[in-house]
Amino acid sequence: MTRKQRRLILIGGGLGVLGIAVALMLNAFRDSIVFFNSPSDVVENHVGPGTRIRLGGLVKDGSIVRGNNLSVRFEVTDGKSEIPVSYQGVLPDLFREGQGVVAEGALNGGGIFDADTILAKHDETYMPKEVADALKKSGHWKDDYAQRAAMPIGSENK
Amino acid sequence: MIPEIGHYALMLALGLALIQGTMPLIGARTNDPVLMSMAVPTTLAHFAFVAIAFGALAVSYVTSDFSVLNVFENSNSAMPFIYRLTSIWGNHEGSMMLWVAILAVSGASVAAFGTNLPATLKAYALAVQAWIAAAFYLFILVTSNPFVRIADAPIEGQDLNPILQDPGLAFHPPMLYLGYVGFSIVFSFAIAALMEGHIDAAWARWVRPWILGAWMCLTLGIAGGSYWAYYELGWGGFWFWDPVENASLMPWLAGTALLHSAVVMEKRSALKVWTILLAILTFSLSLIGTFLVRSGVLTSVHAFATDPTRGIFILAILIVFIGGALALYAWRAPLLKQGGLFAPISREGALVFNNLFLTSACATVFVGTLYPLALESLTGDKISVGPPFFNSTFGPLFIPLMLMMPLGPLLGWKRGDLLGAAQRLLAAAMIAAVAIAAAFALEHGGPVLAPFGVGIAIFVMAGAVTDIAERTMILRVPFGAALRRAIGLPRSAWGTAFAHFGIGVTLLGIVGATAWGSERILEVKPGGTIDLAHYRLTFDGVFNRPGPNYHDMVGHFTVRRAGGGMIGTMEPTRRTFPARNESTTEAALMTRGASQLYLSLGDPGPDGSVAVRVYYKPFVLMIWLGAAVMFFGGGLSLSDRRLRIGAPRPARSRNAAAQAVQPAE
Repeated sequence: MTRKQRRLILIGGGLGVLGIAVALMLNAFRDSIVFFNSPSDVVENHVGPGTRIRLGGLVKDGSIVRGNNLSVRFEVTDGKSEIPVSYQGVLPDLFREGQGVVAEGALNGGGIFDADTILAKHDETYMPKEVADALKKSGHWKDDYAQRAAMPIGSENK
Repeated sequence: MIPEIGHYALMLALGLALIQGTMPLIGARTNDPVLMSMAVPTTLAHFAFVAIAFGALAVSYVTSDFSVLNVFENSNSAMPFIYRLTSIWGNHEGSMMLWVAILAVSGASVAAFGTNLPATLKAYALAVQAWIAAAFYLFILVTSNPFVRIADAPIEGQDLNPILQDPGLAFHPPMLYLGYVGFSIVFSFAIAALMEGHIDAAWARWVRPWILGAWMCLTLGIAGGSYWAYYELGWGGFWFWDPVENASLMPWLAGTALLHSAVVMEKRSALKVWTILLAILTFSLSLIGTFLVRSGVLTSVHAFATDPTRGIFILAILIVFIGGALALYAWRAPLLKQGGLFAPISREGALVFNNLFLTSACATVFVGTLYPLALESLTGDKISVGPPFFNSTFGPLFIPLMLMMPLGPLLGWKRGDLLGAAQRLLAAAMIAAVAIAAAFALEHGGPVLAPFGVGIAIFVMAGAVTDIAERTMILRVPFGAALRRAIGLPRSAWGTAFAHFGIGVTLLGIVGATAWGSERILEVKPGGTIDLAHYRLTFDGVFNRPGPNYHDMVGHFTVRRAGGGMIGTMEPTRRTFPARNESTTEAALMTRGASQLYLSLGDPGPDGSVAVRVYYKPFVLMIWLGAAVMFFGGGLSLSDRRLRIGAPRPARSRNAAAQAVQPAE
């Protein structure tokens, strides 16, 4: 084999593997990406039942209803729209009314959001970046949050 | 007074780093030995001042000097001594101090121990190292000064984030940083080689200990972080494909590729240009990891601070170093002479295969991690790329790698015998086939692919054993002779076998814990029982227990075998920290062989019941045990005679040596 042939094999192999990687990625991007939506986005964009999304907003005051066997219902609001959410399992340590929350799941036929994951990525002085942005967009951002988020201490989150 | 000394020492270190970054560089370009020789003393002095700065911060923490803002925000006098010490790097400013401290230690050890390095290479490498250090000192001094004072010193500190009050903090960040920073030395040597326009097998031998050491620390750091997340976050998961985890995985993948390509360069003087590129990419990924984690673009446990000026500063560092290095590479790499031809089927070919798949796997992680950030800044759409993406891209790329791994060491250099190697692996393949059959027979209701996962893991392990068996000829010569051969084997051969074996162990753990684990999430009342796998847990009740700076709500559970015999008790805990009004979940773990029972406590109900999560994780400990075996293998390789003694001087003149490695066409 000449030097040139060997080099061609090497380059061909490299491009081949890279091609496989790209194909795998494109394929995975088609069906494993989850979009973040605020309740208003869900209403305005008519997100259909069964589409997997992340729903973010505030847990509406007075909306938490606990049922049997760790089932819980609450509403997620961004001030403009509200979406009822149902979840079964142990809630994150800092899940509270009036606090930011991100739920992952899909709407069912009855317009209720069936969440299989409730994200715990916040503490009492911090809220998920997506939720903060969504609240700012809908005009329900309170300066209070900004102050708390700007405080040097509680920027850690969970 | 002490914090001011630290602050001042850091400024002096910056000044010294600037001298270290310019004078030896000019010296190397003008061939001035006096200027070049300035590299060593400035490096050592600059290390001394960084040590003083870090020591000053450490003293402030240990003595709980709350007049220092950083100490006030992250420490508390009620914390045990070890956490007062580790909370130095449990925050943004302090962790950057740890970063530069380790950087200075590495630079100083090159200066002190690299006595056999050519003067120009050493001068260039230390100068590059100084530029990296200077950039980070500037970053700390301008945006993240840990020595800022408060006018009216508070009496008590605000405590460390409870999640970080854990022995894991003493171990995970320093190991990870040792890995990142170790690759910075390799990077500096790569840039130095590009500036010289010359590189040879000796270069690979000098940087190999650094690659190995960094890779070992990174391996252990990632595994440690994974175990920490496993027991601390209360979800029983060991890997979440979280962007910050990916940030440490990417340098590991690129570093593993670099480790293998450096072997080719050292032994066969081939793949020079590629090795240099990998060295640049590996450290670039370490920098990107630091950027992702520290700039606050990602929200996670690790995002200590979200100050936009810091993000922009780190972004500037990234652009200058990565962009600069790649530009230099594009300009100077053609100067490097190609050497060492090899057939596609050969040891070199197998290592190229390894490199292709590792870098492609690294690229998929890179895209999956950064795509959401790119999309959000371009279109404003917010997406999350979760485990399904990585499982369906990373997984398929890793399987061929695993299948080829036992084959590589059995192939000869230059021209390998694929059929012969495959024949020698027949026993390993048969053991794997038996394992697959056994897994099918024993499992009840796992995924169909899981037994094949077990098969691959066993194949990898048996392949590593085959490699050693072949080298010692254990079944073909008398045992005594085989033993003598085993003792005579280079330690790097043992290291390879152990590291490869460790990969198999980890894989077995991952397959076992994900495919055959079981979990239950439920509410139990005192006296109630939970049945899981072949265990029965009885909930005895909840009691309170005070701690130094927290108080615990402890659940008491008795564990029995399904048949009846009592095994032990488990005490999962919810720990509340009054200083921050935060609580954490302390899971209870019961180890049974390599498997674990995992119990974590949720919210208490009004009627004395509690919500609990119970997991049974078969083979889960093998995940981290495998990493420890990999670390051990790396250590064996690091202690190899040829690295310990250092690069030998070529006996022949350079020209003769260069001719000798030119193979006949």
